[in-house]
Amino acid sequence: MVRAALHNQVPMTADPFDSYDSGAYYCELTARANDGGAAALVRQRLSAIGLDALRARAQLAERDLFNLGITFTVYSEAAAIDRILPFDCVPRIIPAADWAVLERGVTQRVQALNLFLADIYNGRRITRDGIIPAALVYGNANYRPEMEGFPVRFGTYVHICGIDVVRDHNGMFSVLEDNARTPSGVSYVVENRHLMLRAFPDLVAGMKLRPVDDYGRRLRSAMDEIAPEGVGDPQVVLLSPGIYNSAYFEHVFLAREMGVPLVEGLDLTVEDDKVWMRTTGGLRRVHTIYRRIADDFLDPSVFRPDSLLGVRGLIGAWRRGNVTLANAVGTGVADDKAVYAYMPRIIKYYLDQDAILPNVETHICGEPEGLAFTLANMDKLVVKPVGESGGYGITVGPRASVAELAAARALLVADPANWISQPMINLSVAPTLTDAGLRARHLDLRPFAITGRDTWVLPGGLSRVALKEGSLIVNSSQGGGSKDTWVLAE
Amino acid sequence: MSMQHSPLLTRDAEGLFWMARYLERVENLARLIDVTQTFESPGRETESWSALVAINSDGPGLQEHGMEVTAANIKRFYLLDAQNPNSIPACLEAARTNARKLRPLISTEMWMQLNVFHRDVMAIDPSELDGDALSRLCRQIKEGVQAHTGITEGTFFRDQGWHFYELGRQIERADQTTRLLDIKYHLLVSGTEEERRVVELTQWNAVLRAAAGYHAFRRVADAGFGPADVVAFLLADTSFARSVALCVGQMDRHLSHLRTDYGLRDTVGVLERLEDVSAMLNEPVQRLLPFGLHDYLDGLQRSLVDVGELIGTAFFRDWRPLKQTQAQTQGV
Repeated sequence: MVRAALHNQVPMTADPFDSYDSGAYYCELTARANDGGAAALVRQRLSAIGLDALRARAQLAERDLFNLGITFTVYSEAAAIDRILPFDCVPRIIPAADWAVLERGVTQRVQALNLFLADIYNGRRITRDGIIPAALVYGNANYRPEMEGFPVRFGTYVHICGIDVVRDHNGMFSVLEDNARTPSGVSYVVENRHLMLRAFPDLVAGMKLRPVDDYGRRLRSAMDEIAPEGVGDPQVVLLSPGIYNSAYFEHVFLAREMGVPLVEGLDLTVEDDKVWMRTTGGLRRVHTIYRRIADDFLDPSVFRPDSLLGVRGLIGAWRRGNVTLANAVGTGVADDKAVYAYMPRIIKYYLDQDAILPNVETHICGEPEGLAFTLANMDKLVVKPVGESGGYGITVGPRASVAELAAARALLVADPANWISQPMINLSVAPTLTDAGLRARHLDLRPFAITGRDTWVLPGGLSRVALKEGSLIVNSSQGGGSKDTWVLAE
Repeated sequence: MSMQHSPLLTRDAEGLFWMARYLERVENLARLIDVTQTFESPGRETESWSALVAINSDGPGLQEHGMEVTAANIKRFYLLDAQNPNSIPACLEAARTNARKLRPLISTEMWMQLNVFHRDVMAIDPSELDGDALSRLCRQIKEGVQAHTGITEGTFFRDQGWHFYELGRQIERADQTTRLLDIKYHLLVSGTEEERRVVELTQWNAVLRAAAGYHAFRRVADAGFGPADVVAFLLADTSFARSVALCVGQMDRHLSHLRTDYGLRDTVGVLERLEDVSAMLNEPVQRLLPFGLHDYLDGLQRSLVDVGELIGTAFFRDWRPLKQTQAQTQGV
């Protein structure tokens, strides 16, 4: 046998970290000191796997997600397309001490949100005391007069809450946004972990991680707790808009994890101010509804009359105390981006505590000083519409062209109350697998809290990563992906 | 641990029933296409393929699509044309849509297999319809449904939803067997008596093969078997997995479970109607041949449609069959 070459060059498997550079940003994996060496170990393991194998395995892992139908649906003009939330195989690690702060901070925030809602729908103390402008609250499009004077169990309005947290270039956590209506993404937290364990057992081996599997059971027991008083064995259901909703997979996931029926509006009916579901054995009482339908669509006899997703008479049944809705109606006023600006003061007012997780400095354009400041600093600020979600309508000043800035300015001047502005946060980064190898990409974190009688926070949360170079927009609808989030047990 | 029965939404019961029906239909279509291809008489391809159209009552559908009746068009009509509600892609699409709604109930493995199977079928290439590729394609489709059936058997939780799933599967299978038998009615045979006898024998063997009953039949039949024996076997042999009698017996069993185990009293009306079907199956086959079979099968199909409707009104409440299913099940 003749050797093909004199020098048998063994192709070296490239070390994925060879050209990794996190620049001026805080890196979630390489800027570590307080994790007992976990990040360094992961880094070492990733290097040992090598870039090619990492790519091949990541590809198989994503195909797995697609085959499993762990997808969200995007609508183009003609067709509904199932897409996976891209999964990045490099985990994001949160040391136990950092998590302890986040957990307390999220719990505090949820507590304050609930106290705020209880107050504005009942005593209205906070506006009388001048902590927050009355117009901002009672004139808010998401304020629901139907909620006034209506008691909810344990004073809990926001049963499921997602709080978006970011980290700046110093590694300081702050809250970017509260999601107190129907936050989504928790299914990916659990599925990402399962995928990690299936596809990268060699990365996880021996790591002491806080488990994420408990979410469904916790949610179910909170839903049982909040059922109308005196119901011994409550029937819980999850109300979904159906298979055409982009988050349908998550609805399936949660119904399955809770072990409760996934219902659509047509499966329910209201008779005698009680809610029933249509089963093969006839009508059967329903006591708690985890609804993934926005307030507007819940009950065509009260809100949007053209809604086909909801249940006629539902609000009536609820007001009679015969059924519980989670989240309660009217929580949108609390996660409004303008109300957000007052959250540190709201926390202080009800709890007499400083916010454990600070806010990002926010200028309310509906107020003269805020508007003036924003207009004068458009090129330095991030300008956001108050009522939007999904990362839409945002102008990132330092990254915007002259024309984009002019367009944003025109919109802002036309309706100042619809806008807020914030300084650009240099979001932390993490190594992310790209065509060019491991590269620094910006990410955020959405921890999820469940509240019945008490609040429980799922260890970790959804780490969303902006896959486009330099992008700060992590939303799945705009090219974001996600990472498995490891909270270290010790 | 004492577990109480969890309730089943009428919509989910309906979804399970139809998911199973559509999948069973896919398998039977693949069987029919395979057999038609294998036994098409050289020079008379169009006639062979037309019989397939006739037993599915798809003549008008084919015309609506502006397609001439040719072998190539008929193959496309059933294997590629998602606009044809009775095509394999359309049936699989409908099965998957039901499965999607049923994801909280069915196993992850069932969903994943169906999801991947669906994607493969949607990507059938026209070249797979030609020559020896067609038989391979049919085998893949059959195996796709068989994999579904096996995964379901091994993973699907057996509470009342399973009974509705099985009802859908069995009623469709019974219906398909009657249609398969009817294929003889649509295949005209000419020539001398001896020529006709040979051709007919070949045709009956093809029918048996399509129903996966060829070898089993040989085991139970006399060497001098005739058409009546084949018909009796496919209709009434309760050891044969696709016989109408076995399917009806299974339906009876599942309905009885729903009544006794889950207290669904509305099963009574369905069970009564099902008894009429059983009675029809007891009629001596000899009397039906050669000219009464088609009308008899028509009657059987109509009774099965009745049973399906009774199940629908009893349990699915707002039972509104999709247009296409109506066309199929009522277009007898």
